[in-house]
Amino acid sequence: MTKIRFNRKQLCIPYAAFLILFVIAPLLVIIYYAFTDGTGQFTFSNLTGFFSNTNTLGTLVYSFAIAIVTTLVCLVIAYPVSYILAKSKIKKKYVLLMLFIMPMWINFTLRITALKEILTAIEGNISMYPFLNTVIGMTYDFLPFMILPLYNSLSKLDNSLSEAAADLGANGFTVFMRVTLPLSVPGIISGVTMVLLPSMTNYVVLDMLYNSTYIMGSLIGSYFSAYDWNNGSMISLILLVIIFIVTLVTNRFSDDDSARRTAL
Amino acid sequence: MSKKIKIAATAVAAACLLCMVPFSGCSETEDTVTLRVANWEEYIDLGGWDEDEVIDLDGEEIFGENSVVDDFAEWFNSQDYGFKVKVEYSTFGTNEDLYNQLNLGDVYDLVCPSEYMIMKLMKEGKLLKYSDEFKKESVEGNYYTQGVSDYIIESISDIGDYDLTEYAACYMWGTTGLVYNHDEVNEDDVSTWSILTNTDYEKAVTVKDNVRDAYFAALSIHYAEELDAINADSSMTEDEKTEARSQLLNATDDETIAAAEDILKDIKENVYSFETDSGKSDMVTGKVLANFQWSGDAVYIMDEADAAAEESEDGTELWFSVPDESTNLWFDGWVMLKDGIDGNANRQTAAEAFVNFISRPDIAVRNMYYIGYTSSIADEMVFDYFDWCYGVVTDKSDEDYYEFENIYVYDVSYFFGDDSYIYIDMDTISVDGAAVTYAYSNDEYVSGYTVYEGGTISSGRQVFAQYPTTEVIERSVIMQDFGDDLAAINQMWINVRCLDITDISVTIVVVVAIVIAAIVAAICLYRFRYKLFYKKRRKTA
Repeated sequence: MTKIRFNRKQLCIPYAAFLILFVIAPLLVIIYYAFTDGTGQFTFSNLTGFFSNTNTLGTLVYSFAIAIVTTLVCLVIAYPVSYILAKSKIKKKYVLLMLFIMPMWINFTLRITALKEILTAIEGNISMYPFLNTVIGMTYDFLPFMILPLYNSLSKLDNSLSEAAADLGANGFTVFMRVTLPLSVPGIISGVTMVLLPSMTNYVVLDMLYNSTYIMGSLIGSYFSAYDWNNGSMISLILLVIIFIVTLVTNRFSDDDSARRTAL
Repeated sequence: MSKKIKIAATAVAAACLLCMVPFSGCSETEDTVTLRVANWEEYIDLGGWDEDEVIDLDGEEIFGENSVVDDFAEWFNSQDYGFKVKVEYSTFGTNEDLYNQLNLGDVYDLVCPSEYMIMKLMKEGKLLKYSDEFKKESVEGNYYTQGVSDYIIESISDIGDYDLTEYAACYMWGTTGLVYNHDEVNEDDVSTWSILTNTDYEKAVTVKDNVRDAYFAALSIHYAEELDAINADSSMTEDEKTEARSQLLNATDDETIAAAEDILKDIKENVYSFETDSGKSDMVTGKVLANFQWSGDAVYIMDEADAAAEESEDGTELWFSVPDESTNLWFDGWVMLKDGIDGNANRQTAAEAFVNFISRPDIAVRNMYYIGYTSSIADEMVFDYFDWCYGVVTDKSDEDYYEFENIYVYDVSYFFGDDSYIYIDMDTISVDGAAVTYAYSNDEYVSGYTVYEGGTISSGRQVFAQYPTTEVIERSVIMQDFGDDLAAINQMWINVRCLDITDISVTIVVVVAIVIAAIVAAICLYRFRYKLFYKKRRKTA
C-alpha cells in the first residue's frame, strides 16, 4: 500500500471547491441577472436605470452618508481606547480588551433590541431621530471591528521609536503625529474597511431602529422580494464595484504611506 | 496548466458531490408519504399549553398538549388509509417569500397564502383542484366542507373574475383596522385612515411594512370623500356599493399610483415606523398610540395588553377600530400545488386529510385560541368558544354575574347562521347612534339588566376584532392581485422608501461641502507640512 500524501496544491481543493460553489458561481449568476431583463434578453437598462433614477441615487448618497459618519465616529472612539490599552502598563489589560470585544459574543439583534430600549429611555420617541439612531446602532455594532485592528497595530508598534523621537526633542504631540500615527495607518485602514463597507448594507439595524429610509442593502432586499432579480442583481453588482474601488484606494493609500516613509 | 485543470475538475466534482448529499436523504418508501406543508409563522397551535389553559365548552374540554401538526400525523397513522404520513412542516414570512421559494424550486404540497397570491398562483396554473370526494358534505370526516361558513364560500367564490372555492380551503380570515390606546386617542381620529397623516399623532402611529397594506391605506385616504359618499348614498344597493368601493380601492392606473406615492411619502414622514412585527410590542409597551393591524393580531395585542395591565395594575386598555371609509377583507387558504402532489393520489389524500383535520371544530378552536385569528369554520363548537371568550356570564350562581350593568346583543348571524348572537358587556364596545334599548324580561338569565342591540359599532375590544359586525363586512373590500401593474406599484413603493436625491435640502449640501473642503484642506496642510516647516527653520537660521 502506498502512503497517502497530499501535496500543497491538493490541500487547496476544499477551499477551491468552496470558492467555486459559494463565491464564483453566485457571482456569475449575479452578473447574468444584472445584464438581462425579465425575459433573459441582454440589456444595459438595469445599469442606466440605477443612475438615472433620483431615488436610487439618493439611496446611494444616504448609504454613503451613514457609512462615512459611522466610520468616523467609530474611529474617534476606537483610536484613543486602543492607544490607551496598547500603551498602558495595566497588568490585566487583556481583560479590558475583552470587555470591549465581549459584546460581539452576543447576537447583534439582541444587542440592538436592548439599545432600542436604552435610546427610548434617553430620547423619548426614537423615531424622531432616525439618522442619529442609525449611526449609534451601527457604531455599537461595528466598534469592535475598529478596535481590534487598531489595538493590534498599536501594540506591535516598537516603543523604542517613540522613545528615540522623544530623546531627539520631540514633545508628546509631535511624537504622536510623526511616529505613532503614521505607523498605525495600516490598522486604521483595515479598521475603516471593516466598518465602512458593512455599514452601507446592514439594513437590519435601520429596520430595528425605525429608520424607514432605505439604504443599499434594503433596496436590494426589496427588489428581490418583489421578484425583480435583475435590478436587485445590478445593485449588488454596483455595490461590489464600489467595494472594489474603496479597497483599491485604501490599499494605494497604505502603499503610498510606506513608500514615503522609506524615502524619508 | 494541466494540473490546474485537474484541481479545478476535482473541485467541481467535490462541489457536485456536496450538492447531492442533501437530496439522497429524502427517499420515500411506498407506504409512507411525506407531506410538505408551508404555513405562515406562528399560524398554527404549537401545543405546550399550561394546565390552567383548558378551554371548557359545556363539558367538552379542549387542550393543546402537542402541536397540531404532530397530532395530525398521529391521528392519520392510526387511521386505515393504507399508508403512513410524515409531515414536513415549514414556515414563510410573507406571500412574496413563499412565491419566491416556489419559483426557486422549493417543492411543497400544501401551502397557505392569502387570497391575492392564490389568485396569482391560479392564474399561473400552479394549483390543483380539490377532489370531488373532499367537497361531499355527506362523507364523514369532511370537516372543512361541513364546517366552513356559507359566508366564506360566498365571499371567495366571487373575487374579481375568480372563483377560489375549487382550489382553496379557507383557513383564517379577517379585516384590517387600527388598534389604539383607548385613553389617549380620540375615537373620531381613529375612525378614519387619515390618522396616518394626521400631524396630531406625529410619530405615534405605526403602519405595516408591506406594499399592499400601505397601498390600501393610501387609497382609502386618497378616495376618502368618494368612499364616504358611497357609504352615505341610499339610492345604491349593497351590491352596487361593494362594487363601487372595490373599483376605487383596486385602482392601479398611473394617476392613482402617483397619488398614492405622495400620500405614502406623507405617511412615511408622519408615522412612528413601518413595521412587520415590532408594532405588536410597541403597542403593548405604550411606545405608540395606534397601530395599523390585521384583526387577528389585533386580538393578540389586546390580550397581551390585558395580561400586562393585570400584572402592573395601571396598564391602558387597547381597542380596535375599523375606519369608516373601508376595510381590507382578507382570506388565507390552503391550496395544493401541482408540482408537489405530482399526480400522487396518496399524497393528495394526505393533503386533503390535513385540511380536514385542522378544520375539525376542536382543532379550529385550538388554533384560534393560540394565534388569535378567526377560523373559517362556523361549527357550533366554534360559536361556543366565541361565547366562552367574550360572552357575559349568564349563570346566576357565578359571582361575576353581578359585575355587568349593561348588556349588548352581539349579532354574528352572517357567519354562524340565523339567530347566532351572544350577550356581551356593553363596556367592551362603542356604539354609534341610538341603539335600541329595552329591559329584557323574557329570558330569565339576563333579567335585571338593560339590554341593547342594533346601532353601529365603530370600535370595540377583542370581540369586535374577532368577528366584525355585518355593517363592517358590508363596507369591506377584497383587494385583488395587482396583475400587470405589480411592477409599477412595487417601483412606487421603492420610490417612497428611498431618499430622493432632489429632496436633499440645500443647507445639508452646503454643510457637507464645507466639511469636505475643511478635510481636504487639512490633508493638504498635512502633506505640505515639511515645506512650511523648512521655511520656518531657514528664517530662524
